[in-house]
Amino acid sequence: MKKSTLFSAAAAAVMAFGSTVATAATLDDVKKNGELRCIVSTGLPGFAYTDANGVYQGFDADFCRATAAAVLGDANKVKFIPATGKTRFTLLNSGEGDVLWRNTTWTFVRDADVKTTFVGVNYYDGQGFMVPKALGVKSAKELGGATVCIQTGTTTELNLADYFRTNKISYEPVPIEDSEEARKNYLAGRCDVYTTDASGLAASRAVFDNPKDHIILPEIISKEPLGPVVRHGDDQWSDIIRWTYNAVVAAEELGITQANVMEMAKGTNNPEINRMLGTEGDLGAMLGLNKDWVVKILSSVGNYSEIFNRHIGPDTEIGLERGLNALWTNGGLQYTPPFR
Amino acid sequence: MSDTVQNYVPGEYPDQPPPIGQRGIMLWLKTNLFSSWINTLMTLFSIYLLYLIVPPLLNWTVFDAVINATSRAECREIDTGACWAFIANRINILTYGFYPDESQWRVNLSFVLLIAALVPVLFDNVPFRKFGLIYAVAYPFIAGWLLLGGLGLEPVGTDEFGGMMLNTIVGVTGITFSLPLGIALALGRQSHLPIVRTVSICFIEFIRGVPLITLLFVASTMLNYFLPPGTTFDLLLRVLIMVTLFASGYIAEVVRGGLQSIPNGQYEAANSMGLKYWQSMRLVILPQALKVSIPGIVNTFIGLFKDTTLVLIIGLLDVLGIGRSSLADTKWNGLSNEVYISIAIFFFIACFGMSRYSIYLEGKLEKGHKR
Amino acid sequence: MSTTTADLDADSRSAISKLWHNREARSVILQILTMALLIGFFAFIISNAVSNLAAVGKTFSYDFLGEPASYDINQTLIDYTSRDTHLRAGLVGLLNTGLVAICGVILATILGFILGIFRLSPNYLLNRISYAFVEFTRNVPVLLHILLIHGIVVHSLPHPKIAKDDFNIGDMFFLSNRGVYAPKPIMEDLFWFVIIAFFIGIAFTLWFRKYARKVQDATGKIYPVFWIGMAAIFGFPVIVYLVTGTPLTWDAPVFGRFNFQGGMVILPEFMALWLALSLYTAAFIAEIVRAGILSVSHGQWEAAAALGIRRGRILNLVIIPQALRVIVPPLTSQYLNLTKNSSLAIAIGYMDIVATLGGISLMQTGKEMETMLLVIAVYLSISLLISAFMNWYNQRIKLVER
Repeated sequence: MKKSTLFSAAAAAVMAFGSTVATAATLDDVKKNGELRCIVSTGLPGFAYTDANGVYQGFDADFCRATAAAVLGDANKVKFIPATGKTRFTLLNSGEGDVLWRNTTWTFVRDADVKTTFVGVNYYDGQGFMVPKALGVKSAKELGGATVCIQTGTTTELNLADYFRTNKISYEPVPIEDSEEARKNYLAGRCDVYTTDASGLAASRAVFDNPKDHIILPEIISKEPLGPVVRHGDDQWSDIIRWTYNAVVAAEELGITQANVMEMAKGTNNPEINRMLGTEGDLGAMLGLNKDWVVKILSSVGNYSEIFNRHIGPDTEIGLERGLNALWTNGGLQYTPPFR
Repeated sequence: MSDTVQNYVPGEYPDQPPPIGQRGIMLWLKTNLFSSWINTLMTLFSIYLLYLIVPPLLNWTVFDAVINATSRAECREIDTGACWAFIANRINILTYGFYPDESQWRVNLSFVLLIAALVPVLFDNVPFRKFGLIYAVAYPFIAGWLLLGGLGLEPVGTDEFGGMMLNTIVGVTGITFSLPLGIALALGRQSHLPIVRTVSICFIEFIRGVPLITLLFVASTMLNYFLPPGTTFDLLLRVLIMVTLFASGYIAEVVRGGLQSIPNGQYEAANSMGLKYWQSMRLVILPQALKVSIPGIVNTFIGLFKDTTLVLIIGLLDVLGIGRSSLADTKWNGLSNEVYISIAIFFFIACFGMSRYSIYLEGKLEKGHKR
Repeated sequence: MSTTTADLDADSRSAISKLWHNREARSVILQILTMALLIGFFAFIISNAVSNLAAVGKTFSYDFLGEPASYDINQTLIDYTSRDTHLRAGLVGLLNTGLVAICGVILATILGFILGIFRLSPNYLLNRISYAFVEFTRNVPVLLHILLIHGIVVHSLPHPKIAKDDFNIGDMFFLSNRGVYAPKPIMEDLFWFVIIAFFIGIAFTLWFRKYARKVQDATGKIYPVFWIGMAAIFGFPVIVYLVTGTPLTWDAPVFGRFNFQGGMVILPEFMALWLALSLYTAAFIAEIVRAGILSVSHGQWEAAAALGIRRGRILNLVIIPQALRVIVPPLTSQYLNLTKNSSLAIAIGYMDIVATLGGISLMQTGKEMETMLLVIAVYLSISLLISAFMNWYNQRIKLVER
């Protein structure tokens, strides 16, 4: 759509000619627009947040960049669309975003009934509880009568209701729109407990003035496989997202890094690396992408462990361990089908 | 006998000053603050109230405040008051959103041009008013070009709009495009054609009956479902359409008030001159009705301008949205009062200024209509 | 209105043009056009919606309303658990909207009248303070007020642990950042008599007012209707309460491990929304009240005084009825605004209808079209009800004028 007509045309006129095709083939749209519209969180430290220059940073933001690099060959051609837990699926389904990388839990209803397609799991998580150390709580079972801050519109809200119901514990929920507000309310003592995905708890705790005054309880009350989401019915596009993620994981397994990818792209003895990086065959063409799509991804954001360590790893303020997200070879769950 | 009479010569005995309680500051104090015991009580109550509010507020905002710092921790080390350094640090993004730095002159220029376009509309005694009005009609197109780029300027996407600039754009666009629509609705509501009248009334009552936030939700979540399959357009544009429709419902009622204030004689006189409906509206009724409606229109604009903050709920980053999201910055965590209060001051200055203007106008109109 | 001149050159015009120059015909054509456009428009968007929903594989159905909501709500005026349906969750939200709207209207009216009268006060300081307050409050967006007050309630009131000792009024009331805790009345069976007594008091007062007016018309004797009415409405139930042996006990909040348990609580979200909406609306009401009182000309005071009526009765019989005529219409539209503004609750997490049905239910079921239409319909009905009431009241006041 021609942007210059935006203000000058009356509403009716714009309805007539200011349009683009969005639902048919997402890949063609993205190529035509020259940018990837990527739905991310409005602000969760480590995963997706804006820095002082207003640029999106974080684990999920880098996966957006990886997708843009694969599709458009340029990691910077991303338009980040911030979404709250509430607006994310609508933004995706109404065609305003092309892909959703926003720590979103894969559930049956979301997959089947909300009409979205989950294409992988880039972070295995589970719902936990954080409480101030001073309360002396050791287990979630002791939380009877507590006030709990939750983010509305998330699966955590439902898990929480189920968990307390099955354990016959009473509580007072304080529903909050985004994680920033939730943090503020928790710190102010509006609630005794803050519950969300364990990674989110760690991310939030990292930015507290005194992180050591808060503990994360041992109970993990749910499975939260977080992954990218696309609209139902565009198989080519979901393949692209799935294999973008797979490429990032496979690169870690195969030892390809941001630093050595250019070197390896010249050709190696490992046929799988050669196939991935496009020196042997043309896997990219099968997805409708360029031959060097994986090279573009890795040279712009690096492999899984590089992304992980840069934003949420042990050396960052967030300080998350790999845990379930270690490679399958290291006892984790990150596993990728072969590039063949 | 005559020589015993003392003739009064003016100025011979200078006037005594009034008693101390009947003049100057004492008189003022007496009549305004201590005229009765209940008044005295009220005065004491007011002084106590001021004592409670003003000193801590001044300490926090001025005396203990920190202007130069690089993080909240540094602010807290320096002093206990407000950490204005945060606002200073973010002032650019609060004003322009993500608009590219090198193009920000375009935003400034469109704002200056906006003021220039408003002068002939708002004040009727400026020279060359007619050309000014033509320019005012052309202004939205000029501003659209300046802000969005194209035709020689670097294009800027609407997702880079934000901050106070976004509030101003949404408010001004909403009111500008809602004017013609609102006038049409007001005329429709007064029409003698039953279907036209019913449709206008239904539309106006619908718009005035639902909160803006639900309309914005519709814009952000549902509007695309109502468009032909495969059509989609910019979120900001969708919001602008909704805000325009919303404002037109209110403008219609303001204009209707103006129309009703025109005495029947004017309609009859126009008819007897042989003017057709549109002629009489254009030449006789509307010029008078709109003039009476201007204060109401300004008030509607003030309301709309304040309501532009609601776009944050659907994820547009207006000044409040940017303020809130910048609170997520770990370096500046927990400075919500500073952010909210600065934004409140911004809105207060803008809206108070406009409401003063509308009061001035009301006064002027009242004088003009007094017979 | 087909004039003779039109008839003269009728031959030179086509039939359509003839129709167009006939006033009745033209109005019919115009209306048919409007109708056709309207029907066309709705057909267009509905067919679009149908095909768009089909494209993503969604159906338009309200069946989800009967399914369990699965989430908890912290403020429920009726019984609700996470196993109840989405419909009931919506009802809980609607009641919460109603609660904050009614409380807001009451407080805004009281504050607004006080501020409006202060604005007219001859006391310079009071006048200026209320002026500054009114201007500042009404020129700042209401959303900002809500966020600011919520921030202040949550950040500057003490934690329950401190509140249980320091912000404790007689072990009954506690003021904390989790809300204001108060004892909860528990009614015993005999308390019904007190409630019945209250209604008897109201009925008696209504009758007595009529009677007093009749007596006044006939003899000129004036009864103190107000005081007698007060005694009947409040005094009588108190006597019944004491006679039946105080059938009401209080369940005071007690500090548990984390928080106060039992009693009644006003949540900070409710408090912030309530205060912000009330203050914001009160600023507008203050201006309305001021304008209303100023609109009654001074001559009315003097004329009434010349008839020898006492000051209190002048206010009651002459000034207030006239001022109310000016005050009530804009006042009702302020009430309407307050109700609509309560939808901003979502910004701080107060569970009104937008937050339950239009928020969590929407989110958990993915039924944006259905839930939003329902929410819009609810607000529309509320506004139409209030408008209808306002029109009725205006009619009544107009009759009094004659």
